[in-house]
Amino acid sequence: MKPPMTINLSADICGIKLVNPTILPAGFLGTTKEILKRVANSGAGAVTIKSISSVARDGHKNPTVLMYEAGMLNAVGYSNPGVKAAANEFSNIGEIGVPVIASIIGTEADDFLKVIDGFGDLLSKSKDSSSRFSAIEIPLSCPHTPGFGTLAGQSTPEATSEIVSAVRKKCGLPLFVKLSPNVPDISKLAMVAQDAGADAITAVNTMGPGMVINIDAREPVLDFKVGGVSGAALRPIAVRCVFDIYKAVEIPIIGVGGISSGRDAIEMMMAGASTVGIGTAIYDRGIDVFKGVTDEMSDWMTNNGVGSLNEIIGAAHK
Amino acid sequence: MSEQIEMVKICKVIEEAESVRTFIFSHKMDFAPGQFIMVWIPRIDEKPFTVSYHTQEEFGITVFRLGEFTKRLYSMNVGDQIGVRGPYGNGFNVSGKACAIGGGVGMAAIVTLATERDDIVIVQGAKTAVSLLYRERFPNMVMFTDDGTEGRRGFPTDYLSQLQEKHKFEKIYTCGPEIMMKKVLDFCLSRGVQCEASLERYMKCGVGVCGQCVCDGFRVCTDGPVFSADVLSKINDFGRYSLSKSGKKVNV
Repeated sequence: MKPPMTINLSADICGIKLVNPTILPAGFLGTTKEILKRVANSGAGAVTIKSISSVARDGHKNPTVLMYEAGMLNAVGYSNPGVKAAANEFSNIGEIGVPVIASIIGTEADDFLKVIDGFGDLLSKSKDSSSRFSAIEIPLSCPHTPGFGTLAGQSTPEATSEIVSAVRKKCGLPLFVKLSPNVPDISKLAMVAQDAGADAITAVNTMGPGMVINIDAREPVLDFKVGGVSGAALRPIAVRCVFDIYKAVEIPIIGVGGISSGRDAIEMMMAGASTVGIGTAIYDRGIDVFKGVTDEMSDWMTNNGVGSLNEIIGAAHK
Repeated sequence: MSEQIEMVKICKVIEEAESVRTFIFSHKMDFAPGQFIMVWIPRIDEKPFTVSYHTQEEFGITVFRLGEFTKRLYSMNVGDQIGVRGPYGNGFNVSGKACAIGGGVGMAAIVTLATERDDIVIVQGAKTAVSLLYRERFPNMVMFTDDGTEGRRGFPTDYLSQLQEKHKFEKIYTCGPEIMMKKVLDFCLSRGVQCEASLERYMKCGVGVCGQCVCDGFRVCTDGPVFSADVLSKINDFGRYSLSKSGKKVNV
């Protein structure tokens, strides 16, 4: 009889060590330090705060989030308390217990820099890693907020290059750039981000936007009428995007989009992701989805004689 | 649990008090006291409401005319329709000799609980006689008013010891202003009485993914809205902070 296999689920993204590859992506639950602590205690390898802008935003009116049979639509509209309040909320960031990614948003390059300034030491590379964010993420890809993301033209190669370069010069922490799946050639955009100084690509943001109409009310349900689509419907598109990006760039990829099981996570890693985001699946599986997914990954790896994640990252390319 | 919004028509309107009306819908809902629904008025907004009336065939919500949304809802008539999804969240855990203390909009959760358990002693606090709710449905209710125009003068929380000595409750339920619920909790903890409180927070998704309604590490929409004393005593935000629409921490 063979001795039981040792499965190593530890992951590495830009030198940041994760006990497992699951990450809470931006926009899910990341409003306070205490709820992020809970997500970390529920098994997430890393967590991302809800995106923060230079000033407070109320976001869109409700309904802002809508579940449907193949996933979720959201048009939250980047509600956030602004960087001053966020810097205060996350001041004792080490209590969260896992690496924390700062998602920051801006209307133009200078606006991103204001947020970095506002976070002060929390984004300073010279600080001890337990008393600051581990990385910074810039989503240039939100499909439902005027002034930001795709609605502000931030997903063009020119704007991507300009914003990534500006943030790169300002902040020494690992820089993740989150891309939209709604572009003609995502690998080209990933190359632009890499050339401008990105350390990793987060792929992908929500797709669409989509619309759901309540036929009895004869009205679109979301108050903003349209919203980004996530969940199961997004998964094959996200997997294809990650597959394309993996071929095009050297930097690592955080694969996000519709992952709800260990098999889904392994699929995304075989497409080329080093780590995976899990968001919409919290609806079906609860916050414990992180532990569930890592346990399922571990089981699959055991059954298939795979000892570490390096053996599966990009495996579908061979 | 229903994710899809269903459009339902108002079949009856009840005048409850000054600027307070209950709207009844002839629509079946699988509902447990303490749960909430999301109410949608197209092009206006969507907000969480506690069900205040529930039978096999109907359910109702009680509306306090306060802001833009409730003004719109308050002025609706029989035949008008609104959207509902849910019910969401947990409910009260019903057991033992119990008391239910409510105030204002929180009375809705109290009365659906008391409808299912007719041995519960209901205690209501209100500003003045004309703001007291559900008097005809529950004639034996113990009433308090701030100005003494009906029932006893003062807050129910001022008389907790007396009530407890008289009735020897095993459990106290509460829903209403958070300051009141905090006092009820503190009393129950000091006397070793079980306690459950139903919390109110600004909500967005209602289904546990967005983080808008969190209290410490708990999501009011999904882990609550009803929390037991052992959990409440660990929630630092309870009785102190809630998140505003932008996510800023503000005093409750």
